[in-house]
Amino acid sequence: MSATMNTKADVTGVPSRRNVVLDVRNLRVHYETPRGDVVAVNGISFKVYEGETIGLVGESGCGKTTAAMAILRLVQPPGRILGGQVIVEGTDLLALDEHELRDVRWRQVALIPQGAMNSLNPVMRVKDQIGDAITTHDHHQEPRALKERILELLTMVGLPGRVYDMYPHELSGGMKQRVCIAMAISLSPSLVIADEPTSALDVVVQRVVAQTLLQVKQKLGVSMILIGHDMGLQAQLVDRIAVMYAGNIVEIAPVKAAFAEPLHPYTQLLIASIPSIKERKPLKVTGGLTHDLRNPPPGCIFQFRCPKVMEKCRVVTPPLRELKPDHLVACHLYNGASDEEHRNAAYVSTTSGSS
Amino acid sequence: MSQPLLEVRNATKIFGGGFLASGTPTVALQNFNLTITEEPATITTIAGESGSGKTTLANALLGFISLTSGQILYRGQDVATMNRQQQIQYRREVQAVSQDPYAVYNPFYRVKHIFDISIKNFRLAPNKRAARELIEEALKVVGLRGEEVLEKYPHQLSGGQRQRMMVARAYLLQPRLIVADEPVSMVDASLRAMILDIMLRLRDEQNISFLYITHDLSTAYQIGDEIFVLYQGSIAETGHTAEVIENPKHPYVKLLIDSIPVPDPEERWDTDMRLPSEEELRMHADSGCRFYPRCPYRMDRCLEKQPPLYQVDSGDHRAACYVYDGSQPMPDMARKTQERVDHVNPGAV
Repeated sequence: MSATMNTKADVTGVPSRRNVVLDVRNLRVHYETPRGDVVAVNGISFKVYEGETIGLVGESGCGKTTAAMAILRLVQPPGRILGGQVIVEGTDLLALDEHELRDVRWRQVALIPQGAMNSLNPVMRVKDQIGDAITTHDHHQEPRALKERILELLTMVGLPGRVYDMYPHELSGGMKQRVCIAMAISLSPSLVIADEPTSALDVVVQRVVAQTLLQVKQKLGVSMILIGHDMGLQAQLVDRIAVMYAGNIVEIAPVKAAFAEPLHPYTQLLIASIPSIKERKPLKVTGGLTHDLRNPPPGCIFQFRCPKVMEKCRVVTPPLRELKPDHLVACHLYNGASDEEHRNAAYVSTTSGSS
Repeated sequence: MSQPLLEVRNATKIFGGGFLASGTPTVALQNFNLTITEEPATITTIAGESGSGKTTLANALLGFISLTSGQILYRGQDVATMNRQQQIQYRREVQAVSQDPYAVYNPFYRVKHIFDISIKNFRLAPNKRAARELIEEALKVVGLRGEEVLEKYPHQLSGGQRQRMMVARAYLLQPRLIVADEPVSMVDASLRAMILDIMLRLRDEQNISFLYITHDLSTAYQIGDEIFVLYQGSIAETGHTAEVIENPKHPYVKLLIDSIPVPDPEERWDTDMRLPSEEELRMHADSGCRFYPRCPYRMDRCLEKQPPLYQVDSGDHRAACYVYDGSQPMPDMARKTQERVDHVNPGAV
């Protein structure tokens, strides 16, 4: 246990930027295939501060779910965590043994998996499922206290008390999803990872569930990682946003800055492709295919689809650099490199030849 | 105005409630009317939440289920009473693009198979070379090249490629109407635009009409001509897409549009939205307006009989709500919205 120990004293809902709840460093996950490893998460680093919600966005297959699973060490074979650190309250989760890890999971970091509402056990009542999560970690509970605790959790997510005795099939999708949220916060974790918490829900129900997440965050001061591809929803819910492309984080910024002034061409593309209900505009069609993830090209990961690709991008990988306070981007457009560097890059590319 | 290509008259579909059935019957579609003209080609949107009956309508049009009552007329001919010849023509001219581009391919065959089957069934080409030319032409429309994709297996293609292949397959048969059931809901944002753009081009260049079935009003807004918003099997509101979405009249459609997350962090949701409990929803399901339990403007009258479609604007903009019945005094809508939306029944979803 070291310096990053964090105190949960001040829970006013205002994110304090000092306390780091989660520090992911250089996390790398590969999927083994007979024809080489698929680089699903390519050495990403980010921090989650106390009381903030960070959004992890990107298209399907960009590694956002894999990254989240790797944080809890839940990557299934053929996936493998190759390296990196996941530091929660001073402990590197990747270095713990299975027994120690069990203590951290759910108690400190809880997960609302993708399609969580379908993961409820159909033959167990809601009370037993939530109770199970509590007694597994907190051991035997006095029945009355347990009931009170569960009812309190249900109230927290805006469900009526009668849900306590119900089976999952008696609940609607939105209610089931909220039961899952209640389970996730049952041990007051410092971090909740929610993977597409509102996909497969209707737009009205989606809004209700999204509001539940916001309320939970405000009441408990819990930090969240919100994985999703719906930029509209992200704009509504998150404080900071991390954009992933092909296993790399290409931009991290406060959400307002990201929408007002997206820097990375991929972020620009994502924001431009949001269908609006405010104005009818011509559809923005983009061509280009993502490279084979087994064989990432040298240089920038986005080069094959980037409208602003330069010679340099095909040779040098742009590092993730802080351009403005809190606004990090990995793109050569902004690195203010000297002309000399540009010339060198051009030189290398002409001599090595492009494939 | 030319002869309608497709006409749906009073279509009603009720599931269950048969001789041996125990539960209460479910009205999936009720007195639905729709006309799609032959010229010019249009994109007609059917929107609504899950359970609103939009897929039931698609299934009825494609002949997967038969209606409980009502008619579907194709070029004036009732689909249910077509002879063999007419049926074949109907099945060729009305094509489908389904929601899930992962489930429609047989993983054991190369993707070429889906084209081969169509060509064989409808005898589109006399020989292999002509068949190949047809396929190449169809693929070109969706921006793919034969040698890139045809010999591959489905798992080797991306979701966007697969969905474009499905559109190409439909196009191959030179349809007049394509029923697209949620064609972009499982495709990424960047590819979504591409598929919607293909739909627009097919409409404008090839004169193919679309029935675009979706729950996503924002994409409908971008490409749709006419829209029908369904709520529990009945039309809540219909009209020109831009008009309906910019200026919704029916309380349900207002609620829907308010719920779409605005992609602007400066403009966050401020009101707390709640839904009535399930029991309450079911209680009112069979009589009167289906939206009654959730409606901010509900009146006693709404319980008696389902409201018909009232004209609310110039043109075709109509909404099924008594608020727009000319003989009634209009309630003060703005004030009431706040009241109800803020605390509608502290029950549950």
